[in-house]
Amino acid sequence: MSQARTLETAPGAAGRRTRRWPPEAGILMVLVGLALAFEVLGWIFVRQSFLFNEQRLVVMILQVAVIGIIAVGVTQVIITGGIDLSSGSVVALTAMVAASLAQSSEAVRAVYPTLTDLPLIVPLATGLAVGALAGLVNGSLIAWTGIPPFIATLGVMVTARGIAKWYTHGEPVSLLTDAYAGIGSGAVPVVIFLATAALFHLALRYTRYGKFTYAIGANPQAARVSGINVGRHLIVVYTIAGTLSGLAGIVTSARAESGQSGMGMMYELDAIAAAVIGGASLSGGVGRITGTVIGTLILGVVTSGFTFLRIDAYYQEIVKGAIIVVAVVADQYRQRARRRGA
Amino acid sequence: MAVPAHDARQEWLLEARGVSKSFPGVVALDDVSLGVATGSVHALVGENGAGKSTLMKIIAGLCTPDSGELRLHGRAVQLDTPRRALQAGIAMIHQELNLMPSMTVAENIWIGREPVSRLGIVRHRELRHRTRTLLERLRIGVDPDTAVGELPIAARQLVEIAKALSHESRLIIMDEPTSALTERDAEQLFTVIGELRAAGRAVLYITHRLDEVFAIADQVSVLRDGRHVGSDRPANLSRDDLIRMMVGRELARIYPGAPGVPGAVVLAAHALTGARFRDVSFELRAGEILGLAGLMGAGRSELAAALFGLNPARTGHLSLDGVRVRIDSPRTALAHGIALLTEDRKESGCFLMLSILENLEIAALGREFVRAGVVRGRAVREACGAMSRQLRVKTPGLDECIGNLSGGNQQKVLLGRCLLLRPRILILDEPTRGVDVGAKSEIHELIARLAAQGTAVLMISSELPEILGMSHRIMVMHEGRVTGTLDRDQADQVQIMRLAAR
Repeated sequence: MSQARTLETAPGAAGRRTRRWPPEAGILMVLVGLALAFEVLGWIFVRQSFLFNEQRLVVMILQVAVIGIIAVGVTQVIITGGIDLSSGSVVALTAMVAASLAQSSEAVRAVYPTLTDLPLIVPLATGLAVGALAGLVNGSLIAWTGIPPFIATLGVMVTARGIAKWYTHGEPVSLLTDAYAGIGSGAVPVVIFLATAALFHLALRYTRYGKFTYAIGANPQAARVSGINVGRHLIVVYTIAGTLSGLAGIVTSARAESGQSGMGMMYELDAIAAAVIGGASLSGGVGRITGTVIGTLILGVVTSGFTFLRIDAYYQEIVKGAIIVVAVVADQYRQRARRRGA
Repeated sequence: MAVPAHDARQEWLLEARGVSKSFPGVVALDDVSLGVATGSVHALVGENGAGKSTLMKIIAGLCTPDSGELRLHGRAVQLDTPRRALQAGIAMIHQELNLMPSMTVAENIWIGREPVSRLGIVRHRELRHRTRTLLERLRIGVDPDTAVGELPIAARQLVEIAKALSHESRLIIMDEPTSALTERDAEQLFTVIGELRAAGRAVLYITHRLDEVFAIADQVSVLRDGRHVGSDRPANLSRDDLIRMMVGRELARIYPGAPGVPGAVVLAAHALTGARFRDVSFELRAGEILGLAGLMGAGRSELAAALFGLNPARTGHLSLDGVRVRIDSPRTALAHGIALLTEDRKESGCFLMLSILENLEIAALGREFVRAGVVRGRAVREACGAMSRQLRVKTPGLDECIGNLSGGNQQKVLLGRCLLLRPRILILDEPTRGVDVGAKSEIHELIARLAAQGTAVLMISSELPEILGMSHRIMVMHEGRVTGTLDRDQADQVQIMRLAAR
């Protein structure tokens, strides 16, 4: 430091200027760039606008809304320095359990005339509880046995999928009530996604819960010395992530108007990808919900864009993979620049 | 400063000419020129943030200067990667050791250069033999087959040195090598350094301990705020001269001394036994600074960890204000008004990727500044800003990443984290390790002021002058036991070492 730059002097010092851009600016540019690229390609190849089509925009967000809901939870797990591989299986398990409690009794009323539908709150509450329970198991395993999150959630991933299949011996659950199906209809999933994102964005930024989450990810040892009950907090974070996976399971089954044990396959990886594209660092301590929302939208734009241009789904996956890697590489450079000190 | 650092007549092994380097918002080095002679030990001193580490990094090829050049034996060289520097005969021993804990000493030393058979299989016998020869030459008594992770820190440091020498390096850069060593281990290091000098190697030695400059250096250079203040032979300088050059001002009193008379007993330990300490009993009074001295591995940090609930004692008990308490986690310790400044800033202190604000506020959020789970952002920012100003943390703002601060400023932030809790009992584990002279005396003054205001302080330190200058009483530990407690006026370095070394 050549001049003594203390707090009193230096309101607009050079260090400030670089921070005027929020960390999401870069990834937002990527989103805009991709959308514009599809817009241009659209006019050239299919003579249509990509962006100025309300229906397409709704579908675009709709198809990633479920991933987005999961990603909001996964982002928090990643900020603690952990990972959650169980999300996709929890989606399936919740979809099965919730759907089974949301079945319409109309078809069987001929045989059992007194049978009535359960109120909507029952499948909802049970579904969320199943998700929370899965998350609680994840968190408890990690906090109490000290096994790495990768292993703990891998175990729950396999187990939850197994339970989902065992629950009906592989049979799908269908004929759901209209009220339940309403959760997945129209733009409702998008609203749920954005509301969830807003809620946890605020929680991470402005509450003690959020501050502790970042601290644990940045340095668990220092967090402990600072008086944080690290184990208990991790359990809370994983339980939240599990609950959000449960919510995603409810939305998925409502939208499909059925519950199937094969639902949510590989969703955990898409959710992790969305978080990582959005700037969350797998080494912990870094990540924001706003970034994750943008990351989710990027996945949506790529999927819709390729469909729109009528390009094979294979290419779509190739490009998605490349985007994930590029995002992480870019992130590493950014972090190095940030930590390059005297 | 009579002798200019940059003397064209002399044949330098390595010479820096007009080296400058800026980082965003900070000029780290400003037109620095200095030369290192063959067969000499060149000490480099300066406050943290003075640019020492940056200069070292440039010489070791870890970063490139914005302008200026490096000359090796009079020829300009480009050292833009650590590999280039190594090939040019320059090796650096980092403050944070760069060894792989799960691999053996031999594997660590020869990593990437293992003797291999034609099939690409490592020839272990030769590897071991080479290592043994190297270690014997340096008189380092370490088994080549031990996993590095099982060695004490001092031995790891020696392994790092052996590794540097295995490259046949002509210039070895040491960045505060003794900061984690006991006096005895440091002596061994100095012997090795003496042998290096005799063998015609040069050592560039960064340190905060001025005694070491006078003990081992042939030449000392001082950096301040990125500028080269001067170089001279240590024999031509007094300790005060050096300090003056480093801080650019007179330090009236190095130690504020222990003020005031201690009050009532606040913390009493009764026969505590735990990991690496046995049967420890002591009393700590309000307003008292109790120094805790001992060699590395004497169990001092473990005792501190037990008092703070990080690793509770197995038997014995604690009482606070005469009331027996159980402290089984840092949370309960904090709730009882006990705060700990840990020994290891990077491992268990800083959240390196987070901001100064986030580092300061975190412990206080457990109790204050929160309403219904929501952090009162403005209140906490004001309190942290005030704390940061009070501790004179050198930074552009509270949102700066703590990783960009110098060691002394990081330590101030961590101390601020403790002070925001307004603790009644403050445990300080090596509060000024790796901290520059200026920040050090500021921290000392602060500790003395806290004690004067009635805080009970338990201060662990491996620096005897610090312990002697600050404490009311000095408790000495040796191999887990308290071997004696000395009053301020009866204690001196010899007394303490006698109890510590046995």
